[in-house]
Amino acid sequence: MLGFSVNGKRVDLDVDPSTPLLWVIREHLGLTGTKYGCGMAQCGACTVHINGEAVRSCVAPASRASGKAVTTIEGLSPDLSNPLQRAWLEEDVPQCGYCQSGQLMSAAVLLREKPSPTDDDIDEAMTGNICRCGTYPRIRRAIHRAAEMVAKGGAQ
Amino acid sequence: MIGRKMMGENMSRPGAGTGANTGIERRNFLKFSVAASGGLLIGFRFPGISMLASAQQALATAFMPNAFVRIGTDERVTVIVNHSEMGQGVYTSLPMLLAEELDADWTKVGFEPAPVDPKYNHPAFGMQMTGGSSSVWSGLEQFRQAGAAARAMLVAAAAQQWNVDATSCRAESGAVFHGSNDKLTYGQLVGAAAKLTPPAHVQLKDPKTFKLIGKPIKRLDTPEKLNGKAVFGIDVKLLGMLTAVIARPPIFGAKMKSFDDSRARSMPGVRKIVAVPAGVAVIADSFWQAKMARDALRVEWDEGSMASFSTAQMMQDFRERAKSPGTSVRKDGDAAAALSNAAKKIEAVYEAPYLSHLMMEPLNCVVDLRADSCEVWTGSQFQTVDRANAAKVAGLPNEKVQLHTTFLGGGFGRRANPQSDFVVEAVHVAKAAGAPVKVIWTREDDMAGGWYRPAFLHAIEGGVDASGNAIGWRSRSVGQSIMTGTPFAAMMQGKDYDPASVEGIDDLPYAIPNVTVESHQAEVNVPVQWLRSVGHSHTAFAVECFVDELASLAQKDPYQFRRELLLKQPRYLGVLDLAAQKAGWDKPLPNGMGRGIAVHFAFGSYSAHVAEVSVTDGKIRVHRMVCAIDCGQYVNPGIIAAQTEGGAIFGASAALFQELTFENGRLQQTNFHTFPVMRMNECPQIETYIVENNEKPGGIGEPGVPCAAPAIANAVFAVTGKRIRRLPIRLTEAV
Repeated sequence: MLGFSVNGKRVDLDVDPSTPLLWVIREHLGLTGTKYGCGMAQCGACTVHINGEAVRSCVAPASRASGKAVTTIEGLSPDLSNPLQRAWLEEDVPQCGYCQSGQLMSAAVLLREKPSPTDDDIDEAMTGNICRCGTYPRIRRAIHRAAEMVAKGGAQ
Repeated sequence: MIGRKMMGENMSRPGAGTGANTGIERRNFLKFSVAASGGLLIGFRFPGISMLASAQQALATAFMPNAFVRIGTDERVTVIVNHSEMGQGVYTSLPMLLAEELDADWTKVGFEPAPVDPKYNHPAFGMQMTGGSSSVWSGLEQFRQAGAAARAMLVAAAAQQWNVDATSCRAESGAVFHGSNDKLTYGQLVGAAAKLTPPAHVQLKDPKTFKLIGKPIKRLDTPEKLNGKAVFGIDVKLLGMLTAVIARPPIFGAKMKSFDDSRARSMPGVRKIVAVPAGVAVIADSFWQAKMARDALRVEWDEGSMASFSTAQMMQDFRERAKSPGTSVRKDGDAAAALSNAAKKIEAVYEAPYLSHLMMEPLNCVVDLRADSCEVWTGSQFQTVDRANAAKVAGLPNEKVQLHTTFLGGGFGRRANPQSDFVVEAVHVAKAAGAPVKVIWTREDDMAGGWYRPAFLHAIEGGVDASGNAIGWRSRSVGQSIMTGTPFAAMMQGKDYDPASVEGIDDLPYAIPNVTVESHQAEVNVPVQWLRSVGHSHTAFAVECFVDELASLAQKDPYQFRRELLLKQPRYLGVLDLAAQKAGWDKPLPNGMGRGIAVHFAFGSYSAHVAEVSVTDGKIRVHRMVCAIDCGQYVNPGIIAAQTEGGAIFGASAALFQELTFENGRLQQTNFHTFPVMRMNECPQIETYIVENNEKPGGIGEPGVPCAAPAIANAVFAVTGKRIRRLPIRLTEAV
């Protein structure tokens, strides 16, 4: 049995611990917001947090989550109240939307580490997340906007 | 009802067979609570969660005056959209058209994908499909008429109730008013309106009174794309569903001779391993199990005639081919004579490689095949074709096959496949599976699976007179047709060349008196099809780079040279001037930086880009792209800006990084590391400027792509003095 918490809830699963965490999240837990894009940590669509750290779940064996706290896009906020989600709405970021879960999960770690990120910080944190529709300019603006919301307070 | 069955089955399988005890219930609880609250949790609606909401609504009394709109007693207006949402915003722009004429309360408007039915056919193309940057212009009348008809019936119902003349009533924001006191909401009028006959003729609004059309309204599908709720094809889950991964031929046209599954079949979760026309399908309980077992198969292939295929040799053949005259596409004056009399002339050969669409969501398809029915869930751009092809394999009449369109994690043309390859194979697998099945392509399967943008070569010769006036142009294009041999050959309109091969050259807009355009069709057994901006994706590169070369020959500024040749083309000139002006064309740039310009017409719209580029230590960096777009009358300028930005990045990715090559019949690229996409740290600042006019509406999904490559290549010339004649751009190949 493999035990960890997902979005604050304890789960115990009878799965092969070498299965990539991505597929355990998607297929065993039914949380399909986390996406498959490449299977080799190239595109970032599968980004989740393990104990607050951004992880490419397509190459992380499920065992890596054992005893830890996993957060997926479904756990970012229950009601789109996270400043990043609000900023993404304001900037009308998504097009097809497929990569956006991963983009948001990477951005969430960035904002926690660097509450006022520079463009270079954004480049560094977000370059592992591919968007084929080309929403990068809006993602950049939305991250800055979210940072402003947090700085002004009242966003949490 | 796309969502009802799916949701229902999800709900009835709490953790089935997984040992999970939280995820699925929790997820459904969230969906339920959000749907039930209408998203009021956070102060705005959640239209796309509509899967459940609309199923519920359908059970309640609803007014459905036509195929495109349903209004519930709960005031919810659901617009049924016959085009697929693949990022281009049709789940917002088309509802805007309907809601405008309906005088709906926009906060109550949601969307739902249309089922497959002739009444949802594309008005211009006669089938249900999404492509050609045509959704908005083709839906303009359709959706406005549908909204206006519904409004007329609601107004008539209110007038009846008040016993007044309908012309004395007015509709506004989801309600009908009479005088200063009488008000009935659309929800209150649903029952009465449903009894009325739809009007034969409706009056559309004067554009001056538009409240939604022309405004940068936020997309309706954004919320569910920020919390993991949006359902893409790969997310569909049915009760008892199995997952399949297919061992596919390593070479196009290779046939499976035999396979050894002695290891694979005893691997955990594997249910069946079976030969299908697409290869050998491994059907298992989960994707990872299916993939691991697929990788453990040993398949022997009859490699066939493509076993020695190489793109290097193919391009060499194309170069030879271009030395002889091709099929005549256009002939103005006498280009041969003009070129022989030219004071100065130049020849250049431009090459563009095979490209993968590379949607972020790899291909997938879910099929539930029963004795007398078949249900398909997938992100399709080609509903009519896909359903018919699925029905053929299922051995069922079309009407027994339901195809549910999910969100598409990108399309770019790949999900409009003339043979429905990814749907047909899933029906074959479902036949063998004996249970609902989801076929998932790995990224590598998707990239190697063909149906690429064809590789092209354009050999161009041009000349100027002693005063620097362009006097002659002769171009020869060599490449595969995307139409020949498909059911879409009719789109060649009886021509002896494929118009998609030469679009963007055949309508060369420059005032050059002698122009010859020729086409050679290459026969290569690599499956090809339309990719975002189709022929324009390579012709604009050749044409706009060559025009720059002509400008150099004439010793003129590339912008001014184009201007002089476009004086009788006001809309080309409009975008060209706008882009040049906004970019500050005449303002000097720091050393090591340069600007390039390009202008192009595609899919009914005019586009111009100015790129600012630096070259440092042999590395190209695009810093800024200024885009001007003239798509005539427009619906949502926010979406136009987004599509123009995305188009520029899509074009820049191809220009800077992307190439598919074959050696010994085998594709050399496998995933994002060998077929890169532009990333955040490489992305330029992009500015979009829209030309305001009253012209006929054009497309927007594709017109932003073509100018990117030539604008960047011309900017590289401005920095380095070297010409780029092959994509992707490699400074080592510059001449």
